[in-house]
Parts: sequence; C-alpha cells; structure tokens
Amino acid sequence: MTATSTAPAHTAVPGRASVARGYRFEVVKLFSQWRIRLLVLACWIVPALFVAGVSEQSTLPTDTLFGRWMHATGWAGPLVTLGFAGTWALPLLTSVVAGDVFAAEDRLGTWRHLLVAVRSPRRIFAAKALASLTVILLLVAGLAVSSTVGGLAAVGDQPLVGLDGRLLAPGDAAGRVLLAWLCVLAPTLALAGIGLLGSVAFGRSPMGLLLPAFVALAMQLAQMLPLPVAVRLALPGDAFVVWNGLFTSPAQLTPLLIGIAVSLVWAVTATTLARLLFLRRDFTNPTDDGSARRALTTGALPLAGLLGVTVAVVAATTTATGSGIEQAEVERSLATEFAHLYRMQTAQLHRPAVTEAQLRTTATCAKAGVQDGARGPGNDWRCVVSWHLPGATATGSAVYQLDITADGRFVADGDGPKEVNGYFVVRTPTGDAPNPLWQFDGTVELLTDSPKTRSRTPQS
Amino acid sequence: MDSQLAIRARGISKCFGDVVALDGVDLEVPRGRIHGLVGPNGAGKTTLLGLLLGLAAADSGRLEILGTPVGRAFEAPGGVSGFVDGPGLYPSLTARQNLAALAALRGDGTRSAGIPARIEDALDQVGLTDVADDRTRGFSLGMRQRLGLAAALLTRPRLLVLDEPSNGLDPAGKKHVHGVLARLAHEGTAVVLSSHRMDDLEALCSEVTILATGRVVFSGPLGELAAENRELDYRLVTSDPERAHRLALDAPGIRLADDTAGRQGGEALVVRAPVPALDDLVVRLVQAGIALRELAPVVSPLEAAFLALTEQPSTGGRETGQHGTARPGQEAARREAGRHGTARPGEEAVRQKAGRPGTADPRQEAGR
Repeated sequence: MTATSTAPAHTAVPGRASVARGYRFEVVKLFSQWRIRLLVLACWIVPALFVAGVSEQSTLPTDTLFGRWMHATGWAGPLVTLGFAGTWALPLLTSVVAGDVFAAEDRLGTWRHLLVAVRSPRRIFAAKALASLTVILLLVAGLAVSSTVGGLAAVGDQPLVGLDGRLLAPGDAAGRVLLAWLCVLAPTLALAGIGLLGSVAFGRSPMGLLLPAFVALAMQLAQMLPLPVAVRLALPGDAFVVWNGLFTSPAQLTPLLIGIAVSLVWAVTATTLARLLFLRRDFTNPTDDGSARRALTTGALPLAGLLGVTVAVVAATTTATGSGIEQAEVERSLATEFAHLYRMQTAQLHRPAVTEAQLRTTATCAKAGVQDGARGPGNDWRCVVSWHLPGATATGSAVYQLDITADGRFVADGDGPKEVNGYFVVRTPTGDAPNPLWQFDGTVELLTDSPKTRSRTPQS
Repeated sequence: MDSQLAIRARGISKCFGDVVALDGVDLEVPRGRIHGLVGPNGAGKTTLLGLLLGLAAADSGRLEILGTPVGRAFEAPGGVSGFVDGPGLYPSLTARQNLAALAALRGDGTRSAGIPARIEDALDQVGLTDVADDRTRGFSLGMRQRLGLAAALLTRPRLLVLDEPSNGLDPAGKKHVHGVLARLAHEGTAVVLSSHRMDDLEALCSEVTILATGRVVFSGPLGELAAENRELDYRLVTSDPERAHRLALDAPGIRLADDTAGRQGGEALVVRAPVPALDDLVVRLVQAGIALRELAPVVSPLEAAFLALTEQPSTGGRETGQHGTARPGQEAARREAGRHGTARPGEEAVRQKAGRPGTADPRQEAGR
C-alpha cells in the first residue's frame, strides 16, 4: 500500500492519550454509573450489617463453612462472607464490571469517539482492563473489610476454630483470613478475564454481561459432581474453595497453589484472547460488535484447550487420582480434628487437661458398608473414633456420620455416645456452651503424598 | 506537498471483504475552507471520514493530513478532531463532565488549570452553557450534536471532520453551529462535513465533493455546479396558469417538467430550462400581462447535481414522455464530472471487486 510505505516508520503521533489518562477516563466513566456506585456502597456496608445481624441471631448458617462459629468469634464472619462471595457475589460483581466495560461503548455508540480521542486500541484495552480491575478490587476489599469489621464489632476478637479443630489465636486467624481473601482474588481475576472476553466478543449482546456468571455457575455445578480431582483442580473455580486448606495445620498448600496458578493462567489467557479480539475489530463498521463465530473460535475453543492442558499437567505433576477422597485420609482428618476438639471440650468442662498425644486418637471409617478401601464423596460415611485418656484403661469411642462433598469438605455429625457428642450443648460451670464435638466441619486433603500411611493423629 | 492543504488524498481505496467502499478517491481540502461531502447512503462518505479521523487505514493510495503522511490505522496526526455516526457522549455524565473527562483524556499538553476555561468557552460557543450541569442522558439529538461539536472544539483542531452535524438541530442550534464552523474556517481550520442537508451545505461550504458507489463523481467549488447553462427545474406561480402554460410550451429552450397546471387547473407550473431560457420565459409572461408571483428552483443546484450524478430520481416533478427522459441537470453535471474523469453515474449501484460478483447489496454496510 502506498500510504503505508510513504509514512516514515518513526512518524510521531501527537495527541495520543497515554494509558494513565485513559485509565482515569475509564474510572471516571465507571464511577459515574449509578449501579457501580451502588455496588461499591453495598460491598462496603452490607457485609458488616449481615455479619453483625447473623451473629446476633440464635440460628447460625451452619451449612456454610465457619458459620457455626459466628457466635464464638468475629473472625468467622469474613469467612462466611467469603464462602457466600465465592458462590454468588464475586461472579456477579465481575459480570457487572468486567462483563460490561467494553459492551457499554457498543451500547452507547461511543467507540469511534473514544478511538479518535485515544488513537490507540491497545491503550484503550489496557485502560479499560485496569479500570475494571480497580473497581473489582475495590468491591472485593469492601466485602473483606466490611465483613471483618462487622464480625469484630459484633462478636469480638476471639480465637477461631480451624478446620482441623485447632484453636487459632486472633492474630493467626486474622492473617489466615487475610490470606484467604487474597487467594480468591486469583479466581476473581480469572472471571474478570472471562468477563472482558465476553464483553469484547459479544458486544452489546447481554451474553457478554452474563458470561462470567454463567461460567461461575458451570464451575459450581462441576464442583458438585464427582469429577476426578485432576479435573477439579484444573478448573479456576476451584480456587474459590481451596482457601479452606489455610485453616488446617499444616496448611493444605498444594491444592491452594495449584488453584491459584490455574486461575492466574486462565486470567492471563482470557485477557490475552480478549485483547486479540479487540485489536482485530473493525471500528469503521458499526455493525461489527463481535460475532458468535469469532467468540467461539477465538474465545471458547482456546479456553477449552487450556482446560485440557491444565488437566493433563495437574494429573502428570501431582498424585491426583480418582476423587482424591480416600478412606485413610478421611480417617486421619477426622481423628486429628476430634482430638483438637476433645481438648476444647475438656477445657469447657474444666476437666483435667489432656494433650493430643495422650489421647492417641484414631478413626475407623467405612462407606456404604465398604470397610477397606472406601473412597469418594457421599453422606454414607460412618466412622468410629477411638481415644485413650491418661490413667484410664478403657478406650473411649464415638460414632460419627460424615457427609463428604466432592471438594473434600465434610460435616461430621455426632451419633453417640451422648456424653461426648449426643447434645449440641454441654453444661459447663458457667452455663451451657456449644458442644464442639456434636457437629463439626472439616476438610479432607485431596492431594497427599502417601495417603495410605497417615491414619493416626499427629502428635501435637 | 502543498502546506496549504489540510487534506491531500490520491487514489484512496478501501475494501471490506469483497465490497469496495472507496475506489481511487482523490480529495484536496485547503486550510480555512469548509468542504462538503455528499452522496447517497452507502456511497463511502463515512468510510472516508473514518480514514480522515484515523479510525481505519486505506488499503491503497496516499493520504496526507495536515502535511503529514498517514499510514496505519489510528495514526491520524494531532490537530484532527470530529465525529462520525453522531457524537460519542456518556449519558451518566453531565455536559461539563463529558468535556472535562475528554479534555483530561486528551491532555494536549495543556495545563489542567486552563481546561475549565476552554470547556466554558466551548460550551458557550455551541450555546449549551445553561445546561452544562445536566446529564446528557436527557439531551435531545440537537443538543447532543452541539455538545459533540464542543468536544471537538476543545482540541482547537486544525482539521475538523463532522458527520451530519446538523441532524436534529433547531434553527437556533443550526445558527450556533453554522456560526462556529464559519468562525473556525475563518481562523484557518479546515472543516469537512458530511450531510444530506443540501441547504446546509450550500449555506456553509465553498467546495463540495460528491461520492457515488465509492468514487468521486464531482469535486470542486459549488459555483461550478450552479453553472448558468445548466438545466434545472423551476416552479412558477402565475396569475394565469393556463396562459402561462401555453406560453411556456411555445418558448424556446423550455420544457415542461410537470404540466398539471395547464391541464388540471393547478396554479404551479414546473419547467425545465437553462437560466437564459428561463429569463426569456419570464419576459414573455410579463409582456403578456401575466403576473409572476413565485419563481424558485424546485431543487437547489447542489441537490440537482447530486440527484443527477448519483442516479437518484428527481423529486422536483414527474417526467413527461413528450419532453424526453433526461433528468434535471444531469447532462451538465456529467460534463462537469467528466472534467474530473471520475463520473460513472451509469454504473451499477453495487460494485464488487473484479471477478467476485456479488449477490446482495453490501454497499449500505460498506459505505458506513
């Protein structure tokens, strides 16, 4: 083309707006929208009111992780909020912000105006991506800070019971709560990347706006299925639950790190694909606001390929096999948690102190009658926990029904004896208190180095 | 390179897939002139404006804007401003906020302290000071057009490119806009505006380019289009339509474009004639004691040329078989266009690249 060849390669381009100026422009536009303002306000106020309100109720959200401890410590509130947020709030927030940041220009018919002002689609993309990221971070920060403030204000700064039954000092709990919220930033970024991709690919179609929510919903459905653990870990949505591993000792870091890494890879890939689509767009044609075919070939197929690659990599580099829920690991987790919670109950009842090492707790589990080699999620796990008290020759035992979900989380429901786990409260010298052994939440580590050899409680 | 030219285009072509949107377009627009761009829907006007604004790159040809060669997309030099397909405004922002955000985005090396004054000045120029703090969500089309012009003025452009700037404007708004454009041109800014409003173009433009199916069919001063020897349709209202009709039939060089006045007792008489023949008819009417109450071209010279060059049917009157089939101004306009070597009024409305015959009508899309 003559025109190109005659233009010097180093032709100066005066008037081209910088990314920083474009970023400020995008932020101003986003915050001029009433729905964004409303979302920010809601994220910074509603969680505090919710946590404080729930903490004052007699009925607690026991079906949510840490919900049963909301009366006991203010640190449970932000974790309950995190559980809700990972399920609903964060996908919807990313939909509203990232899923609309490009589509809004299509709706308003302002692309040409913006391009004339900025003169660089690359800079426009960077500015829009950064601005939507800023708003999303602000919303997530609001959820975290608000729920923490609400919890601490309503209940106080008490120790938190971890998912292995261990008491976490307030400082330790605070650090882990912060880490947990930081961890879900990774899958949030992945959804934001998918939102950008949808926004670019579908233009003014509402499909772009809804894409992150649809993807999040699909991943939640996948989490409920008994998928192989390699597939589960390869989904970016898994990082919305693997923060649970921060509340065991030692922390279950392998699935956490895999989840974060996978989420970040998805975030980068989806954002890169969105950028590619955006730069290929013909802005002189107002009807060109994305197409289903292009969205499929440039968006969906590469992400499907990415899923296949991550499944293969996770399967090849970890010990992931089957569902990851093995009998030995269930027994180990239950025995460990029971020992810690038994100590807590002992302290509540002002009985002589014991240590986990003295208790020598073990668990024997079966699933649907299978005594050896039981595996997989389900609510048909039945376990018998045994322990020893110093100076006593008899061995204590207690029965638990376990409902283990596919992500490794379980609820242990006490089934006797009644002196140990039969009632939901225990009578202490100062009055009734929740019985920590009646019902408790735990988590089974899905990735273990040698799952067959660790059925005994650690001596700590 | 002529430094007095704001735009110098040679052989610009642009295709969208198989569809040719611009085909060897030449264009020269001097600084300080208001240049009109007209053509039927799908003629390539918006594509050409998009190239001038740097929204896309030409497939071939040479384009210089403000003395700077333009190559790839989005590399139109600074000093170019304007809008196509309506001004881009954000409804959740007020008029002032829209301009402030845009000024901050562009920067332009101006100290931020000077921006509020420039915004006030731009709002004042387009007559929107009173509604400066209203959200643009409630703005009418005319107000949006004026605010779009204010946004373009913020950059103090040396080349202003506007697509249908008069859309939706009331007379007061149009007066504001025309005043602003005339002042800009007087100060040396080149203005290229596309419009379907021939009266606006005739009022504002010193030069005009007519596009049809991606090609330039005329480009030059308006005066050349309104050459005296061109046949145009004129509407005459007289005191005695029947006698006037008979006189017109006998007058040399006069053809009746619409003879309903004589046959059906209507008051108006539409004749087709070059200016000298029309003068002669007027003299004959007066000498016959017939009062001439109204005499006006049915369509403006620009519109007549536009209709002729772009093969649009005339709205000025019905063709009558006895007077042939030539359309008003067509022959003269073709002669005019022939001087530029680009007139192809007989070509099919939809042109495809050679060897790729089309089956649909992609021009509408391609020309946008």
